[in-house]
Amino acid sequence: MASIAITPDEVADLKGLNCPMPVLKTKKALDKIEGGKILQVDLTDAGSKSDLPAMIKRTGNELLEMTEENGVYTFYIRKKLA
Amino acid sequence: MSEEKPKRMSIIASKGALDMAYPPLILASTAAAMDVETMIFFTFYGIDVVNKKKYANLRVAPIANPAMPSPVPMPNIIGMLPGMTALGTMMMKSMMGKINWPSIPELVEICLEMDVKMVACTPTLEMTGLTQADLIEGVEVGGAADYLDFALDGNINLFV
Repeated sequence: MASIAITPDEVADLKGLNCPMPVLKTKKALDKIEGGKILQVDLTDAGSKSDLPAMIKRTGNELLEMTEENGVYTFYIRKKLA
Repeated sequence: MSEEKPKRMSIIASKGALDMAYPPLILASTAAAMDVETMIFFTFYGIDVVNKKKYANLRVAPIANPAMPSPVPMPNIIGMLPGMTALGTMMMKSMMGKINWPSIPELVEICLEMDVKMVACTPTLEMTGLTQADLIEGVEVGGAADYLDFALDGNINLFV
């Protein structure tokens, strides 16, 4: 559980998608928002637990938190400032 | 991190079978999502992956493919029979459908959208009588030196 509630600016529902789609769609969603804004991503692909952080790190964005509940993984990502 | 020179990856895609078309497209689109400059160089049968007339109908052959998934083990002699490639292809597509996997045309479109450089090998085009007009829009044409010029600065260079 989040100790401090994170309020996302955008939410991407990627449940049911498998590699490589969660990474591709998360990147697309990040490209659409402004720097500093927070994107919430919900997905069910267990492989994305390590895939998504790798992409987030390589693109210079920030993973604020990842939670897991009933097979749904939720990522909170802060987009880097341009 | 953003100050660094961008990472770069090149892939030579030389196969036109359904199962062999996926790895270059998946790796390239994912690399592009990771801000990696990416090129796929399509050569020989790999050209089929960006051939307008063929790319939606790539197939996988059960013959001489011991890893081919099948409800029952399939000896090569059966794989030789007419229709077995169509059957194998249908089975593989249904398995992909079950996990919501994108089709080859969808992945090609994603790659182009994400600025993956897609280059078709000129001698292969000449050999097979194809021109750039036969290829998906956005696919460029180039030769070995074009590939090497890009790949010499590559952090990852793969041959598929």
